[in-house]
Amino acid sequence: MSEFSYIYLIPLIPLLTFLFLGFTAKKIKEPVSGYIGTAGLLAVFGLSLYTAYQYFFVSGLVNGKYEPVKIMIREGWVHFTDKLAIDLGILVDPISVMMLVVVSTISLMVHIYSLGYMHGDSGFSRFYAYLSLFTFSMLGLVMSSNLFMIYIFWELVGVSSFLLIGFYFEKPSAVAASKKAFIVTRFADMFFLIGILMVGYFAQSFDFETLNSPATYQTIQGWIANHQIFSFMGLSIFTWALILIYIGGMGKSAMFPLHIWLPDAMEGPTPVSALIHAATMVVAGVFLVARLYPLYYHIDGAFALRVVAVVGAFSALFAAIIALTQEDIKRVLAFSTMSQIGYMMMALGVSGFEGHEGLGYMASMFHLFTHAMFKALLFLTAGAIIHAVHSNFMKDMGGLNKYMPVSSIVFLIAALAISGIPPFAGFFSKDEILAAAFEYNKFIWFIGFIVAGMTAFYMFRLYFRIFFNKQTDYGDHKPHEAPFTMAFALVFLGLMTIVAGFIPFSELVSADRMPFHSHIHWGDPLVIASVLMAASGIGLAAFMYYKPTDYPDKVSAAMGKAYVWTKNKFYIDELYLFITHKIIFDHVSKPIAWFDRNVIDGFMNLLGVTTEKLAERIKFLQTGRMQDYAMYFVSGVIAIVMLVIYFR
Amino acid sequence: MIEGVSLFEIMSLTTILFFIGIYGFLTRTNLIAMLMSLELMVNAEAINFVAINKYLSPHVLQGQVFSLFIIALAAAETALALAIILHLYRLTETIDVKEVEELKY
Repeated sequence: MSEFSYIYLIPLIPLLTFLFLGFTAKKIKEPVSGYIGTAGLLAVFGLSLYTAYQYFFVSGLVNGKYEPVKIMIREGWVHFTDKLAIDLGILVDPISVMMLVVVSTISLMVHIYSLGYMHGDSGFSRFYAYLSLFTFSMLGLVMSSNLFMIYIFWELVGVSSFLLIGFYFEKPSAVAASKKAFIVTRFADMFFLIGILMVGYFAQSFDFETLNSPATYQTIQGWIANHQIFSFMGLSIFTWALILIYIGGMGKSAMFPLHIWLPDAMEGPTPVSALIHAATMVVAGVFLVARLYPLYYHIDGAFALRVVAVVGAFSALFAAIIALTQEDIKRVLAFSTMSQIGYMMMALGVSGFEGHEGLGYMASMFHLFTHAMFKALLFLTAGAIIHAVHSNFMKDMGGLNKYMPVSSIVFLIAALAISGIPPFAGFFSKDEILAAAFEYNKFIWFIGFIVAGMTAFYMFRLYFRIFFNKQTDYGDHKPHEAPFTMAFALVFLGLMTIVAGFIPFSELVSADRMPFHSHIHWGDPLVIASVLMAASGIGLAAFMYYKPTDYPDKVSAAMGKAYVWTKNKFYIDELYLFITHKIIFDHVSKPIAWFDRNVIDGFMNLLGVTTEKLAERIKFLQTGRMQDYAMYFVSGVIAIVMLVIYFR
Repeated sequence: MIEGVSLFEIMSLTTILFFIGIYGFLTRTNLIAMLMSLELMVNAEAINFVAINKYLSPHVLQGQVFSLFIIALAAAETALALAIILHLYRLTETIDVKEVEELKY
């Protein structure tokens, strides 16, 4: 449709600013490059909002259903067979438009915030170039019209994440963290690629519209029912393909057991953590499952979707437990992010498909939206605090309320939102998730319910320990409120966090793309229970941390081993190190390296040495005397002539 | 076709000429003399072309045309060789191939 013909500009503008800033990073000095990047993002933000308005309120709704709009840039971009070709196109549908708004809003706020935060950094222009690259890749990812395009952009966001985590490349820990993030996500992407190829093989298309159409999943379901398709360990191969694709999503979204890179990724600058590792890139896995939702739901009785639910619920609980004990504020937030993404996965996994049954799907997308706002806000506020205190650790903070009133208020708003206290954004989305989970399975609901309480507790532990608790003596260097650019981003996101919950999301985004009506029943015991749970978490945190007390020490001492294990993140990192270093390196890699060095290299060296020795023997033929060569030549000719005559 | 002279006699002459050329090429070390020997070999072939053309298939002209080519080629080649020899003399002040054998193992 022609009303979206401008849409290719949305990813193109950040790409152009990236190229421009990348090539001129040495010449353009500090504030200018930031202004260029921010101006580009402002245009993208405007276009995204316009697209959202146009799609949701003007042209998108056709006969009571949000029809996807596909803008083809190039048909048959990569051509395999007549049936199987990859197009280059842009898909505009409810979730891609929603993601456009999320990505451009958070990215714009981070651009503005970084004007203050990165002030005086020698890599200022480089930072903005990378931010533009990331924004380009992420926008491309959400608008991709087929699986292969999404894979290309998937890798591009991986690269930009790698570059930004390793932004302070003088620091060995940052370099190690960036490598870890890249390798872990690449490992997951390997499965993703295999999954894509399998889906492409069976469905004969990579295009989302074709894949998600009833014709495709009914055909495949028919094969499965008639046993016309391979099965492996009791599951059809197509379900395995979907699970493999989900493993790719697990890597990007830091689901257990591929979550190990996310806490370390906090080595990057804090605005980057807010943009990439809280709001946008890490929810790519959720987005991916939502993209292929009809396939996940209809194939094999939604088995793959139940895997999503179980992994999500477990990760939510696991990360929330770890977050209770961490000391580094960014790590608490990182585990909190992992936990909330687990929530989204869980909501997707428990969802149905049609009408009100698709509540979980809508709740997941809603939570993605609100979480992006308040988690970015939390990270940016944490950045402001770190900027003021020059430390990541809670023990160096305390009593900041009187120095940083704005940060304190927005942090409180975000913490209330993530805990699920009305009327802040998180309450609405979280409540929909819990309602959907309750309808599906009481046990999963119970996990979500417990996690809600833990979330409230660790967020307020953070809040009280940063802004109240002990009055730390900061010496001559008093902490100060963030500069205007940073405060602006904080206040804007704070307002978003307050109002975002009132968006009637179910009217816009749903699994079958048909709007339905859903609203909060205020008197519902479920709602009351979850709010009470959150309130009790907050109360407990206030009791333990509002003033310096010895309760935390007593509790941790009483927990004994459990506390030590939690504090060390259940030794998952050590387990990985053991598996890779002790088992894979020692017992697989070293024998292979020996074989390569001795057998393969040895054979090649033998060839070389033999040639050299032979040459040493016969080099005396090359006398340099012309008569000798003529002699060889004439004798050769005579010999050949004699042979020809003799054998004729 | 020359009266009283057979192809065998002409080809004997050219063979003798050719091997004189080879003998000269292999034994002389003076580059000018070697060039002359080379010319002998080339001319023996040119005669062969004409004679075989005339005696065996007199109604076509290819052999004679070839011999014209060979003459032209020989002239060009001589010019080139002389230039190389002159240059060599300027560099090394000798035209004896035994003195110039740097290009070896």
